[in-house]
Amino acid sequence: MAPNWFKYSSPVSFYPLAGRLVPWFGVAAALLTLAGLYLGFVVAPTDYKQGEAYRIIFIHVPAAWMSMFIYLVMAFYAGLGLVFNTRLSAFMARALAPTGALFTFIALWTGALWGKPMWGAWWVWDARLTSELILLFLYLGFMSLQAAIDEPRRAARASGLLALIGAVNVPIIYFSVQWWNTLHQGASISLDKGSTMAATMLTAMLVMTLAFWMYTIAVVLARVRCEILERERHSEWVAEVAAREVP
Amino acid sequence: MSGTGLLSGTRNILARDLTIAGRRVTDVLTTLFFFVIVVSLFPLGVGPEMATLRMIAPGILWVAALLATMLSLGRLFTADHMDGTLEQMLLSPHPLSLIVLGKVAAHWLTTGAPLVLMSPLLGLQFGLSGPLLGVLMLTLLIGTPVLSLVGAMGAALTLGLRGGGALISLLVLPLYIPVLIFGAGAVEAVASGLEAGAHLSLLGALLVLALCFGPWVTAAALRISLE
Repeated sequence: MAPNWFKYSSPVSFYPLAGRLVPWFGVAAALLTLAGLYLGFVVAPTDYKQGEAYRIIFIHVPAAWMSMFIYLVMAFYAGLGLVFNTRLSAFMARALAPTGALFTFIALWTGALWGKPMWGAWWVWDARLTSELILLFLYLGFMSLQAAIDEPRRAARASGLLALIGAVNVPIIYFSVQWWNTLHQGASISLDKGSTMAATMLTAMLVMTLAFWMYTIAVVLARVRCEILERERHSEWVAEVAAREVP
Repeated sequence: MSGTGLLSGTRNILARDLTIAGRRVTDVLTTLFFFVIVVSLFPLGVGPEMATLRMIAPGILWVAALLATMLSLGRLFTADHMDGTLEQMLLSPHPLSLIVLGKVAAHWLTTGAPLVLMSPLLGLQFGLSGPLLGVLMLTLLIGTPVLSLVGAMGAALTLGLRGGGALISLLVLPLYIPVLIFGAGAVEAVASGLEAGAHLSLLGALLVLALCFGPWVTAAALRISLE
């Protein structure tokens, strides 16, 4: 018998699954963060040009990657929700937005902390910085539109469409260091040329990325669970869950 | 109402919206005055130093054009939404995206085009020379239709929402940024003795992109808002 791929697209069966997964991803996120920070702040060698200050890279770069990646995932779920009219994808898109905005903010903030000693300025109007700032505005717009519409179905569809429109910005951010030759340094890692940094640095950065990834999954699943409960609060199965989980 | 071709709906809506705008000339003039006033505030705020003003003029004119367009977006669908005309348009046999195209064209003719025509006069006040004024007009001519097309998406998404006016700025302004960068960039390039070709090509590309997808996305947003 073919497996039922759509089993977990129903909130009723997804709710307990998400509940079982959250602690695992949470623990993985904590362990990977500890390992990544240890590798980055203790093991990795000092940079010959930037000294110790470069170590902020272990938070800055993974956060920047996540900010773009989460937007694409959010737009993907929004698109799924619009095309197939699945409610769970709309919940996912909605749950991803705050985490994406958080990582965008972290990327901008750590970038400012890094920019001060390196460039002598907290902020410059460079192509990558500006486009990352626009990304933050896009997340905020997505969340505001959702909050402004009372009817949940219209809120999900309207903000989903907005997420898809905003997705054109992500490639602009990603390629901005190649298209505009401004202050922000070029990519240290590329698919065709490999990495231009020491192996430990690269490992630490990848471990941190994985940690952020696990954190995102854990938080988003937890948020989706709340969302499901709130939207389905009039249904029988939520009453059963409440009777079981609330003493 | 004549003609049965694909574009007849577009044409009819365009003629209708232009007639309505003609009957309410003050609406059109308000946007234009807003543009003029915002631009005139800068010399008062920054100081009357001609060299400085000449340098920041393209950016100021462009930002003011962005704000003026945004201010007028509410006019695009709200009145038709209130009196039920919009629902009739949704039900009509004409493709909704082409009807939207007609409405956007009317919006541009009543807001974007006056801004373009007004810009040389304001540019002169900022000490811009002849060739610069030409480039400024050209960039506004290519850029303001993009503003109308992109703004229509935001107007459709926020249709009938409380606080829609403030919300639309949050949705639309980030999407306006590329137009602003290349529009003001073209004028600045010419001012510093470079070619404006690359900027103008990118503006043109944005216009083509917005023309292809804008009306279609706006139609989808209208359906969501009215379902």
